Amino acid sequence: MTIYNVTGIINFAQGEFAMLGAMVLVSLGSLDLPRPLAVALAVAAVTCVGGLLERVTIHPARRASPVTLIIITIGVDISVRGIALLVWGTDPYPLPPFTPGPPLRLGGAIITRQGVWILGTTAVTLAFLYLFFEHTYAGKTLRACAINPLSARLSGIRPDRMSLCAFALSAGLGAVAGIVIAPLTLVSYDMGLHLGLRGFIAAIMGGLVNPAGAVVGALLLAVLENLTGGLFRAAYKEAVAFLVLFLILFFRPQGLFGRNRRGGL
Amino acid sequence: MRWTWAGSLVLLALLPLVVRKPSYLDVLIYVGLYTIVTSGLCLLTGYAGQISLGQAAFYGLGAYASAILTVGYGVPPWGALIVGIVLAAAVAFVFGIPILRLKGHYLAMATLAFGIVVYLAFVEFTDLTGGPSGIPGVPPFSLLGFRFDSDVKRYYLTTSAALLTLFVARNVVDSRIGRALRAVHGSEVAAETLGVDTAKHKLQIFALSAAMASLAGSLYAHHLALVSPAAFTFVASVEFVVMAAVGGLASVWGAPFGAAAITILTEAIRRVMPRLLSHASGEHEVIAYGILLVVIMIFLPEGLVAGLRASLGARRQPDR
Amino acid sequence: MSRMRVLLLVVLALVLTPLLVASAQEYRIGFVSAITGPASSLGVPERDVAVMIQKELEGKGGITGPDGKKYPVKIFVHDDESKVDTTKRLVKKLIAEDGVHVVIASSQSPTSLAVVPDATEGKVPLISMASSHAIVTPIKERFWVFKTPQSNIHVSAHQVRYLLAKRYTKIASLYVNDAFGEDSRRGLAATLKDSGIEVVYEDKFEQTDKDMTPQLTRVKASGAQALVVHAIPPAASIVTKQFRDLGLTIPLIHNHGVGNKAFVDLAAGAADGVIFPIGKMLVAESLPDADPQKKVLLDFVAWYEKGTGKPRSTFAGHAWDALQMTLAAFAKVSPGAPLAEARARTRDELEKVKSFAGTGGVFTMSPEDHVGLDERSMVLVRIEGGTWKYWPPEKW
Repeated sequence: MTIYNVTGIINFAQGEFAMLGAMVLVSLGSLDLPRPLAVALAVAAVTCVGGLLERVTIHPARRASPVTLIIITIGVDISVRGIALLVWGTDPYPLPPFTPGPPLRLGGAIITRQGVWILGTTAVTLAFLYLFFEHTYAGKTLRACAINPLSARLSGIRPDRMSLCAFALSAGLGAVAGIVIAPLTLVSYDMGLHLGLRGFIAAIMGGLVNPAGAVVGALLLAVLENLTGGLFRAAYKEAVAFLVLFLILFFRPQGLFGRNRRGGL
Repeated sequence: MRWTWAGSLVLLALLPLVVRKPSYLDVLIYVGLYTIVTSGLCLLTGYAGQISLGQAAFYGLGAYASAILTVGYGVPPWGALIVGIVLAAAVAFVFGIPILRLKGHYLAMATLAFGIVVYLAFVEFTDLTGGPSGIPGVPPFSLLGFRFDSDVKRYYLTTSAALLTLFVARNVVDSRIGRALRAVHGSEVAAETLGVDTAKHKLQIFALSAAMASLAGSLYAHHLALVSPAAFTFVASVEFVVMAAVGGLASVWGAPFGAAAITILTEAIRRVMPRLLSHASGEHEVIAYGILLVVIMIFLPEGLVAGLRASLGARRQPDR
Repeated sequence: MSRMRVLLLVVLALVLTPLLVASAQEYRIGFVSAITGPASSLGVPERDVAVMIQKELEGKGGITGPDGKKYPVKIFVHDDESKVDTTKRLVKKLIAEDGVHVVIASSQSPTSLAVVPDATEGKVPLISMASSHAIVTPIKERFWVFKTPQSNIHVSAHQVRYLLAKRYTKIASLYVNDAFGEDSRRGLAATLKDSGIEVVYEDKFEQTDKDMTPQLTRVKASGAQALVVHAIPPAASIVTKQFRDLGLTIPLIHNHGVGNKAFVDLAAGAADGVIFPIGKMLVAESLPDADPQKKVLLDFVAWYEKGTGKPRSTFAGHAWDALQMTLAAFAKVSPGAPLAEARARTRDELEKVKSFAGTGGVFTMSPEDHVGLDERSMVLVRIEGGTWKYWPPEKW
């Protein structure tokens, strides 16, 4: 969920891509397609939607300030959720686990089979992102744009095309996340906001520029929430998670794994 | 500038004579309330360059202070209002010290986290706040024995408060602090080299914006006669930022324009949509709202105030 | 430049669009539900019922007034966005501008409670579709206010009767952290008083939580003989799923919040064996023929499922009951009467409703009771093979 931050914009609609991915998969379920094909179709569809939205909403305003762009993504978020409500209604849909069966026991811990899928997908995504950013031309140019759009442009990279790529890519990744998580929770039109918020916090915890940091941030957030859930009244776990975020920001303003960029001063 | 003040004063004073429908009056009351919150945000974002995604927390602090003190302890409303303002400003001051050291997205996230923690406190401290159901039966605001017990009276109350807030905001902008803040917005490093105590000024503005939000929250509690946590979520904080951005962050005048535009737009969509689309319902209204928001921001990226200035062909310097 | 002008014009046009002027010779109902926002799963079925009834009434040309003539009925349907301030503004508008005879609002308890003062000051009958008992009590201050869902107190009566029959003494209780869960938890605690049953563990979770394993682990360790959950899906489904995943075998008792297809679908197989009290709609088919509600329920379910293509919903039923009682009251009130008088007369008629078989129960209103339902409006239900089965005491 971090790619967005590469474009330098916080995207409030990110969670909605997760919702769309899962919802499209639910709808494809009635077609009796083989599961992998359905998943691929859903991810592809959401990737296209992401790209399209970038062209229609972000691109025309590309010269505006970050706050303006953030507000635009909020508008997109609201509309997408409204459309989902209209199309899929309020009832949450179940999505069967990829591999059904009782939860696995690892020592004392219990992990659901879907949990294994989530971990696996995360690892694969991470590997993919690493290869993409470090070893492909497109990935490198994307990073260049994030670090310094002006000099990137000077060296012949077109930031606006990169913005399109980043949007589409993160929409696709969002869809993957939504699809993997959905069997554990449920698919409902309003699942996006919550997922998106969590995604941000994880990204912030890890430091914005680094996907691996985001994953560690996410893991930390999850462990922390469940630890507090076990230790104290469960209701406080959310509060504790945010308090910790607070403390992290206080002591390490650049995120846990961000490089200290203050350098010179 | 003086005639603008006088003109708007007369206009606002006469408005209830024209707007007789209670729901329109209600809309105008909320425009006033949101203007107060948003002008704090405009100061914070537009002048001090700081983003807050947790403004609803201060709004809520004011509302709960008023509700708890008036319902539970029989404190007069104006007393509760002042307690709320002091409390919100103090909280902002304490939390502002660590928060304002952050920049950009990190700052946004910290204020967001702050907002959510406060919201959770409203929900969790059931004995004090009434939990998720909230506190009903908040009395109307009263001052020196005068009770603001009708919508018309409350309209004048909130509008006066909003004007007062704008007046304060304007003066802050024109003051030494305001000039220093603009320097902070321009380049914090440069400002600091020139001997501006940026941290102190940012903190002052943060506390001021919190006090404004709290003022609006107190008035809200007395207007609605009920306080429940659902009004102070993260979504509400985002809504305030949307208002500020739609109005325009470059000037405190963005606040009334943004608050009015968003509040009236929502209401207008509700009334017009069913006539454009025969089976339009809540879902369509939400979609239309989102799309209009995107359209406004694409066409008026600097907000309504800047757009108005441009279309009126004003040649004078941007009003800073 | 011109962009700005176009925008201004559009805004101006939107604001200045004149309101339709309602003709005097019709019945007017204001209907507010939570179509968007967190409570939309309640508000959408309710809205669907209002729209369907409106269409039917248009087809029939309205209802027959006391003078034997037909008068049209207009239903103003609005979305409160699950927000208190929006609900209040809409109700103000309906009362003062649209001149409605009755307000039906709204889906949730806080939004309903918020508009009680407006209805009372405006002297307009208000029917809520939310469950909290506080909406209609204290009855002295609720002269104008009615509600159609069963009060949560009836729910806990059924739960406790079952626990007593099974001679359990130690139970655990988990509730969702919102007004619904809180109200329901209090209802259970009140009914449990002096029953000899002790709550050995109590905790809450958020409606958006995805993992309740910590709470359930503690339930397991507490030695409770049964678990009572107060929640709605998806949280309720997740609790149920994880309850089974953890291998808990004590009886799992829910409340009426899980009376929807979503709960069963979402919990998948885990829902089997769940016991909960609910209005009779879900088990209409398996009710004894002597039940006074059986026919009306079967008719409603067929009508709703055909009209919307969605499975039956008790929330839809709450809206249906409110609208049907209103229409019945209208039949005795002339729409031509001055508004204040017509409103007062409608309220009087609502209070006189007697033995009205609705989807939520057999309503008998009185000056002391503005719900008009008792425990008989509910039955205990057990989920078997993914569907609800009426579960009479002899099977316990």
